[in-house]
Amino acid sequence: MIDLVWLVPFFPLVGFLTILIGGRKLGEPKAGHFATTMVLLSFAAAVGIFFDLLSREAADRSEIVTLFSWVPVGDLKIDMAFLVDPLSSTMLLFVTGIGSLIHLYSVGYMHGDPKFSKFFLYLNLFVLSMTLLVLGSNLLVTFLGWEGVGTCSYFLISFWHTKDANASAGKKAFVTNRIGDFGVMLAMFLAFGAVGSIDYAVINESALAGTLTQATATGIAALLFLGAVGKSAQLPLYVWLPDAMAGPTPVSALIHAATMVTAGVFLMVRINPVLGAAADWVPTLIAYTGAITALFAATIALAQNDIKKVLAYSTVSQLGYMFLAVGTGAYVAAIFHMVTHAFFKALLFLGSGSVIHGMHDEQDMRKMGKLFKLMPITASTFIIGWLAIAGVPPFAGFWSKDEILLFALAESPILYVIGIVTAILTAFYMTRQVVMTFFGEQKWGSLANAEEAAHLESAADVGAADADADGNDAAAVADQPAPVETHGAHGEFKPHESPPTMLIPLVVLAGLSMVGGIIQLPSIGIIPKGAQHKLLDWLHPIVEFGEGPEERGIGEAIIKGTWAYDNKMILIAIAVACALIGIAGAFAVYQKKMAKPIEPKLFADGWNYDNMISWFMGNPGRKGFDGVADFDTKVVDGAVNGVATLVRETSNQVRKAQTGYVRQYAGVIGIGVVLLLGWFVVIRGIL
Amino acid sequence: MIAAIEPSWYLILAAMLFSIGAVGLLIRRNPLVMFMCIELMLNAANLTFVALAIKLGDINGQTAVFFVMVVAAAEVVVGLSIIVSILRRKPGATADDLAELKG
Repeated sequence: MIDLVWLVPFFPLVGFLTILIGGRKLGEPKAGHFATTMVLLSFAAAVGIFFDLLSREAADRSEIVTLFSWVPVGDLKIDMAFLVDPLSSTMLLFVTGIGSLIHLYSVGYMHGDPKFSKFFLYLNLFVLSMTLLVLGSNLLVTFLGWEGVGTCSYFLISFWHTKDANASAGKKAFVTNRIGDFGVMLAMFLAFGAVGSIDYAVINESALAGTLTQATATGIAALLFLGAVGKSAQLPLYVWLPDAMAGPTPVSALIHAATMVTAGVFLMVRINPVLGAAADWVPTLIAYTGAITALFAATIALAQNDIKKVLAYSTVSQLGYMFLAVGTGAYVAAIFHMVTHAFFKALLFLGSGSVIHGMHDEQDMRKMGKLFKLMPITASTFIIGWLAIAGVPPFAGFWSKDEILLFALAESPILYVIGIVTAILTAFYMTRQVVMTFFGEQKWGSLANAEEAAHLESAADVGAADADADGNDAAAVADQPAPVETHGAHGEFKPHESPPTMLIPLVVLAGLSMVGGIIQLPSIGIIPKGAQHKLLDWLHPIVEFGEGPEERGIGEAIIKGTWAYDNKMILIAIAVACALIGIAGAFAVYQKKMAKPIEPKLFADGWNYDNMISWFMGNPGRKGFDGVADFDTKVVDGAVNGVATLVRETSNQVRKAQTGYVRQYAGVIGIGVVLLLGWFVVIRGIL
Repeated sequence: MIAAIEPSWYLILAAMLFSIGAVGLLIRRNPLVMFMCIELMLNAANLTFVALAIKLGDINGQTAVFFVMVVAAAEVVVGLSIIVSILRRKPGATADDLAELKG
């Protein structure tokens, strides 16, 4: 079965090519069904590979399948080869699995879009690139996929490119990612220069054997981390991800939450022996980057009103957790959180898409509320996702977040405190979102009865931050029963539940978010021994090298014997308490109105980070660019033009010798002959 | 008694002819005259060849004269036709009037 691994990228490739050629003819919904089938087949192949690997001994679970020699140039030999091991198998399963669910969802979500088939073209191309990224046995194949997913991300963010904002959001993502990609390329060059190969197997082995010098390992790890920062939207390059929400919601779910943005984490885990061989500051940098990003993005999420923006910042924050895990050596926890996050964040995004769909393209949570009764399935699944991300046991997110916090505490209490504060904030903003969307007060303008109108009016009187606009609306509504004109887009309509193709993925993902934690249960008393650390056992050959504390630094960090490890129950209690505090706090503020919501403008503006970049680029940056442009026009162009002017001036002088008088030419020739003769006779002494 | 004509006399005569030709070429402006000056120089060279061929008893010098005469004939054909066409375009033109290609 492993030899057939090429089937995994092959099916999306077939889908991509078929829709490329005959997409318009297939039309809606056939193109969608076809694309979905292709990804499902790919998922089936991934499952087959998984079971094949599972049936082998742990030591034999890594195999390289070479398709063909790709770049044979002198010493540089790069094969189009796939590395099949537990890590890539895990990634494949959730990429193709969630991918097919989201394809199915998109059939419903993209209904009626004029570019229906093109959407699935891009989605299939994305799955193809993502599987290449995951399967690559060397950095170049991974890079091919890495660029491929970046391109698809760009296409899909600006899918509705007729709107300026969408087009520039796509550009922003592309340009920001380029900074990271440059790091990946440099890392490749460095690896080839130092090891003579860019195969993961060779690089990792030389790191384990100690033949890779610490300086080189540091360089490779730091440069790849730069790539990961770009792709996985960490500080300071996170700016593109919130804007990427301009794309259709299934794209946000698939690319900008579940799969592509986790590529950076995957890459870090893939080269974890190099991280171990690198100087200590690299893992520390990764851990702190992750932790600070997690906290930073969580604070921004507190004050967002766009239903997707909250989730976008939440994604940045959760990715921060994953990097925190990578930096503290908790590679299994990073992958674990990646998988559970893929479940619940895809669920939340798809749920928000369902809400947006039902609310007729309304994304502002201030105009929602009380949707639970009208969208029961969307709401219940969303609530499951909320509990999972907030860290309420026994939902999936609880287990993975808890494991990361455990490793964080074993590494440093500062990281732990940042992590736990972020956990509180996460619970808080997610509760805020659930309350504002599904509970609380009805803010949308269906005015079937006077009671609701009165309710609206009282809501206006209570007067939140946005009292002005809504208050006026509500007052106008109370006077006139049918105020379609004054209400514009959100006039008289009733939010509706979404079609079954959209609900099935929600239900499946909700199920996964509930039970996803079983793949890596912690080793605490009440859990049977056989059920603990399944994921660790599975990933063991990739993340654990050798035994004993002297091996610390290479592979999975060993935290046995630390205070954190011995007091896991206390940590779990703290984590649960924090989740509950966050939930209760948000519930009190937004549902019970016990306190005025504190949503500083600073948070709503994302700490003005975007504005600062604009300012920087507008002022000192602008001057810098102008300086460079001046240098170009004056020095570079000056040199070129100067040479031209010099030639012109010289020839202007020299051409005066061409008088056009034959006599003069004859005279000069005569003089020349005499001089030549003189030279031969007098100087050379001939004759 | 008439003294035998020394070959050096021929050489002196040739040098004089050549100088007349060269000076004529440089100072005259009439294209036809300049053309004749060139012929004069060519024939001065021919005279040198012949004189030295006799003095050195080498037939090669006389052979070279035939080549020069053939080349001169060819030159006359080309040169004269150019001069004729120039004079047709600009009657009475001098060599200095033909300076349109100057830099």
